[in-house]
Amino acid sequence: MAKKETQKLERVTIRFAGDSGDGMQLTGGQFTNTTALAGSDLITLPDYPAEIRAPAGTLFGVSGFQIQFSSQPVHTPGDMPDVLVAMNPAALKVNLAALRHNGIIIINSDAFQVKNLKLAAYEENPLENDSLKGYQVFPVQITELTREALKDSSLSMKEKDRCKNFFALGMTYWMFSHSMETTESWIKDKFASKPDLIDANLKALNAGYSYALSTEIFTTSYEVAKAYKEPGMYRNITGNEAIALGLIAAAHKSGKELFLGSYPITPASDILHELSKHRNHNVKTFQAEDEIAGIGTALGAAYAGSLAVTTTSGPGMALKTEFMGLAVMTELPLVIVNIQRGGPSTGLPTKTEQADLLQAVYGRNGEAPIPVIAAASPADCFMATFEACEIAFRVNSPVILLSDGYIANGAEPWKIPTAESLPEIKVEYATNPENYEPYKRDPQTLSRLHVLPGTPGFEHHVGGLEKDDSGNVSYVPDNHDRMIRLREAKIQKLADVLPQPEIFGAKEGDLLIISWGSTYGTIYTALDEILNRKTNKKIGWIHLRWINPLPKNLADYVSKFKKVLVPEINLGQLIKIIRSEYLVDAKGFNKVRGLPLSTSDLINAIDEELKG
Amino acid sequence: MANSMINTEPLKLTKDDFTSDQEPRWCPGCGDYSILAQMKKVLPELGIPKEKFVFVSGIGCSSRFPYYMDTYGFHSIHGRAAVLASGVKTANPDLKVFVITGDGDALSIGGNHFIHLCRRNIDITMVLFNNRIYGLTKGQYSPTSEKGKKTKSSPWGTLEAPFNPVQMAMASGASFVGRTIDRDPKHLADMLKRAAEHKGTAFVEVYQNCNIFNDGAFAQYTEQETKGDHVLQMEEGQPFIFGKNKDKVLNWNGDHFEISAFTAEKKPENPARHNPRSGNAAMEFLLSSLTYDDQFPTPFGVFRQLEQDTFEDLLVRQIEFVKQRKGPGDLNKLLQSGDSWMVE
Ligand code: SF4
Repeated sequence: MAKKETQKLERVTIRFAGDSGDGMQLTGGQFTNTTALAGSDLITLPDYPAEIRAPAGTLFGVSGFQIQFSSQPVHTPGDMPDVLVAMNPAALKVNLAALRHNGIIIINSDAFQVKNLKLAAYEENPLENDSLKGYQVFPVQITELTREALKDSSLSMKEKDRCKNFFALGMTYWMFSHSMETTESWIKDKFASKPDLIDANLKALNAGYSYALSTEIFTTSYEVAKAYKEPGMYRNITGNEAIALGLIAAAHKSGKELFLGSYPITPASDILHELSKHRNHNVKTFQAEDEIAGIGTALGAAYAGSLAVTTTSGPGMALKTEFMGLAVMTELPLVIVNIQRGGPSTGLPTKTEQADLLQAVYGRNGEAPIPVIAAASPADCFMATFEACEIAFRVNSPVILLSDGYIANGAEPWKIPTAESLPEIKVEYATNPENYEPYKRDPQTLSRLHVLPGTPGFEHHVGGLEKDDSGNVSYVPDNHDRMIRLREAKIQKLADVLPQPEIFGAKEGDLLIISWGSTYGTIYTALDEILNRKTNKKIGWIHLRWINPLPKNLADYVSKFKKVLVPEINLGQLIKIIRSEYLVDAKGFNKVRGLPLSTSDLINAIDEELKG
Repeated sequence: MANSMINTEPLKLTKDDFTSDQEPRWCPGCGDYSILAQMKKVLPELGIPKEKFVFVSGIGCSSRFPYYMDTYGFHSIHGRAAVLASGVKTANPDLKVFVITGDGDALSIGGNHFIHLCRRNIDITMVLFNNRIYGLTKGQYSPTSEKGKKTKSSPWGTLEAPFNPVQMAMASGASFVGRTIDRDPKHLADMLKRAAEHKGTAFVEVYQNCNIFNDGAFAQYTEQETKGDHVLQMEEGQPFIFGKNKDKVLNWNGDHFEISAFTAEKKPENPARHNPRSGNAAMEFLLSSLTYDDQFPTPFGVFRQLEQDTFEDLLVRQIEFVKQRKGPGDLNKLLQSGDSWMVE
């Protein structure tokens, strides 16, 4: 056996890429779990086509999964991969440009035959010319070697070939000194009823590992040390899983049944899938006939006393708009989750974007204020969801929770809270039927006092027509003006009780960065790098959690900096709110490529701002 | 969960208990008044505590109904009463939920929700006030207006064939389907009561006269001279007898309907008998197809009445099943599920 060395690395970004039928998401998911259990910090970025099984070998059918892991805190999936695993020519072509100079490419050379090369629009085989100069290329006959390893298996050739992703995974496990244990037990569990498949996938995984260990071509393996983490129990979690768990947690802590009215839509459906598993937590999932029925059934459930939720993505938000207005008018607690994707219209269903912010804050007929909260990372989705539920009950109002495709599907380690550590959610109803008036308000919160149908003595009416305090329809001009102002004041008053965001970096000075949502990780990483350079410029950063209402301390900070920069994955939406609210000449940094912002682009943009 | 208190007193409700302090604002002479009156008469007979009733409506003249009932009421948005009601009933199966809707509300803008409500068989009583016109928006044709009808939005006559609500409800799987008319209060009350007592989605079409925009749309069923020949009251187990003197019978000969005499001297040997509980879709469909046919009487009464599991009962059962399989939900266990690891 060749002598091999092990090199220590602080941080690695690896991308798995292949056909959408090659199982790249699964491979990436396994690599992620193993890496997390090895103690690294990490963030992932799945990137897959909208087609379920796009024609094999094509450029648009390439599915990718990227993960950055490190012994230091990780906040982004990495700009430029250090390692690319390319299962076919199309995967190589699509991903090569992103790869770091001198990066490692592991290639399934068996896939580089005429047909695939043509599909990937390669005129020559890149393995046979010098187009891959400047990279460390490892061509491996992954298909052949997998078949060889499975020669005794009773599976068909097609089924055997489907195990090749485990072979590739095995190689990367050796390369990064990972244990195969987690994936081995996953395989045994997953295929419990199909011993043939357990056997074949285990063999392919082990064969990949042994091959990398014994072959001459790999001379070095790498090791990434454990990251420091606060003590506690951890698991990997995607944003969508975190939302589902956050909802169930809020149901437990409010003593309510959870009702989800939802219509399948990418990239939000995983929340519906996850919740539908947990009926034993009194979860009522209702797969509605359309988006409108999704929110409508949820509003009905809210009225009847459930913790009511609807989940969707941009196009679905558009359809739910009228019901949101009814929820505002009837003042009922309802959580509306929008996993933003590329728009407008059908747009880029599997890609990420932040372009639904103005829709969330303003997009309804009439004056229809709704609190808006945005999650910052996959793990943050848990508490953001929990808070959205708390506020919905606190002021009897719909609340919009914004996430996006990137953090919905991306994963990171999450420190699991105990049920006991989560606050109780108080839900109050009117208790005195004497002179009960459905639109009479709690002077503190301005919330109206709801009563659940079924409670004797409180029979009353609610609805979409303007009402006076008694719940009777009223066309009185002054009543309408008063009601509109009360509904708005109720939401703005929340700023008194919501936690104020902390400022990161300087508290006054040259440049204030204001951001929201999933750009958190990119901005954190960019600022970390800039501040490490020991710049003499004073930079501050506020990442907003609640965008409606805006935090009370923001006006003050805005006035204390010479410049304001607002990075967003849209053409400038938060910036419009900031400019109009604080009359400040804020600048935007905007890329709308269906991808998270790139750290290096952002660093350049910040440097540019600091120059002037 | 049901928030009801245990009611130990025997229920002695009257129609006054269901009358709200709101003055109805329908046009004088509107058929809606009659439906309101019969509803108030029927509810006390159901033996259900008053606080359990929830009336949900959409938009349209009919949809003002909940304001006039002293019960829980939700006046929602156009076409969506069925979904709101579905959410209410699924969240709290203990409530008695009604949907009040119209032909535009339920069949046009709310068509999708209507068919899916019927399909799911949620225990909701849906009363459709069919006046074959848009009243609240002042006189445009509706999805049940007869073909060729001249209205404000169809001065040269409509080009569209109308929907047959009863047929739609049956095709969509409603487990109770009936038809009645505003001007026959006894029949109307009977139909409302039977629908309300049915467990599952119960659909009642009420022919309702809009005396402002579509006056006399159902006159042939209410006027003395024409009523007898145009109204077929379907009675369970009985032949399809009709006519002023109850001297005609409708019969199915295996290929088409025929009308024959039904007198002491002359009657068919083995006339078809009405059986709304047979689940015989072909017969239900044939009867309901007589709706827009002038040669035959229009059937009133119960077209279908089937016992079927309701959505919310199945859901509650599934929840119990999963609890037995996985144990009642433990939040800590759930949060820690999946591959987790300890950092010391
Ligand atoms: S417009 Fe027609 S349906 Fe509406 S209230 Fe007047 S009479 Fe009744």
